[in-house]
Amino acid sequence: MSLPVQESVQTGAEEQHVDQSRAHRLMQRRTTVRSFEILIWLGALATVYLLPSKMLILTEIAILALFAVSLDLVLGFAGIVSLGHAAFFGLGAYTAGLFARYVTAEPVAGLLVAGAAAGLLGYATSFLILRGSDLTRLMTTLGIALMMAEAANQMAWLTGGADGLSGFSIDPIFGLVPFDLWGRNGFIYYLVVLFLSTLVARRLAFSPFGLSLKAIKSNPVRAALVGVPVRRRLITTYTVAAVMAGFAGALLTHTTSFVSPDVLAFHRSADVLLVLAIGGTGYLYGGIFGAIGFTLLKDALSVVTPQYWMFWIGLLLVILVLVGRARLTRWVDDLGERLPGLRGTNR
Amino acid sequence: MTAVLETRDLKRRFGAFVATNDVSLKIERGARHALIGPNGAGKTTLVNILTGVLPPTSGQVLLDGEEITNLPSHTRVKKGLTRTFQINQLFADYTPLEAVMLAILEREGLGSRLWAVVGSYRKTVDEAAALLARFGLASVMADRTNRLPYGKQRLLEIALAFASKPRVLLLDEPAAGVPEDERHEVLSIVSDLPADVTVVLIEHDMDLVFSFANRISVLVAGAIFAEGTAAEIAASPDVKAVYLGESA
Repeated sequence: MSLPVQESVQTGAEEQHVDQSRAHRLMQRRTTVRSFEILIWLGALATVYLLPSKMLILTEIAILALFAVSLDLVLGFAGIVSLGHAAFFGLGAYTAGLFARYVTAEPVAGLLVAGAAAGLLGYATSFLILRGSDLTRLMTTLGIALMMAEAANQMAWLTGGADGLSGFSIDPIFGLVPFDLWGRNGFIYYLVVLFLSTLVARRLAFSPFGLSLKAIKSNPVRAALVGVPVRRRLITTYTVAAVMAGFAGALLTHTTSFVSPDVLAFHRSADVLLVLAIGGTGYLYGGIFGAIGFTLLKDALSVVTPQYWMFWIGLLLVILVLVGRARLTRWVDDLGERLPGLRGTNR
Repeated sequence: MTAVLETRDLKRRFGAFVATNDVSLKIERGARHALIGPNGAGKTTLVNILTGVLPPTSGQVLLDGEEITNLPSHTRVKKGLTRTFQINQLFADYTPLEAVMLAILEREGLGSRLWAVVGSYRKTVDEAAALLARFGLASVMADRTNRLPYGKQRLLEIALAFASKPRVLLLDEPAAGVPEDERHEVLSIVSDLPADVTVVLIEHDMDLVFSFANRISVLVAGAIFAEGTAAEIAASPDVKAVYLGESA
């Protein structure tokens, strides 16, 4: 240990040892896999067998969840509000479509290329969101997404414009596993991508990098004054999140074998924010719980009131915001506290 | 005289108002240097300029003879200049352990590691535990910062800055707002800071200033009004007139 030993002599070597083992325990507990994490992945896997007729809506949930986990990195960890996350989703979707049409229709290659393209856009635009208030960031991200949507619309020779991009069909995964009519293999593939992406996000969240992110979100001035290079961290985070959003967009293209201009529409950016409002931010699984909640709710409401379901979504949004996001994110913690031993330290 | 921290003709305007007016200051290595002055004298503005929170309108800041005027805060911290805040600037949701871990990891250049687990840096955890014990925070290491008693939060302010192993530490009113019964703990921590760390203390409390500082600069209306040893400042009729006289 490199500290000059002054006070620690007073506390005694024994007490120091007690403090240290306690600190080690606390640090270890941060990363402990919590029971709900295991449950949610087992549950997801079980649906493949238990709900074979629901593959389409489950696919929709998985894609939205991936998109939301990506936004959670930006919003819940780095504290950057965005109203234009669809820019990366849409670019990923178009890239996957074009790649399938002109290069190869093997989906995993398309997925990676789409992620790379979205990541490049994320890196390039990250410099625009480094400074400014929440409002500036909302407007900047919204503006970028609007420009992307209009560009896709205008470049009809490439994107098919308002008619969308079609004329390709997706090959079997790795040339081995075909997409079946019921969407079962597709769903497993989406689930694997979601699982791996969430693992990566989780790893980031518990790394020294992740520790600095929430500090930036909490107090950027102080973060800089404990030595955190705030700008560099935000650029990295935004880029990684963009890659994940690009993946989500590519998955949608692979599901439908079609790219509609709708992938860049404003409502996608808004929906994914809504998903996080439902699921909560900053603990990674908010995107997944939120996507389940949002999609099932939308589905149920559109059956009950096909024309007015947005009214109920709107009402829910108002209630959620008034009740407060903090209370929403806390329920997972509270659940953990009631089951002693399972609790990860603060969120 | 070796100045570890130096400013040359530092000026900062806010519109027509001059908050820092041609401040040229030399802080000697290992000094216990107090910066005093009436409210609105520009003490905190000066600290903000020194630590890169605010850019100066003109002038220079030098650390060990190297110009750092335009460097971002985090680079200054790496070079050994850090500070605490008059009003707590802490990470509300973090435990003291997490916050101190963050500061140590960043100091060691490990903060950009994306793929490592924080808890696997065992030496860092040991150091964090020892640091928390040293600053009287061991018993609350697992509590959320915003639930700590105010005195403990003030200690965490100092612990966080100290975790960066600064050569120069700027303490902006470390005991501000601390209730009387917790005050002693903060003051003894401040006076026990190791001698090789240069400490600049911004303070209102004259008892603390005169018990702690061996050199004092008096700031009035953004400019250096007087400077000298504690005894010289205490004896100066001018200083008494503009500043000490008010409270006497």
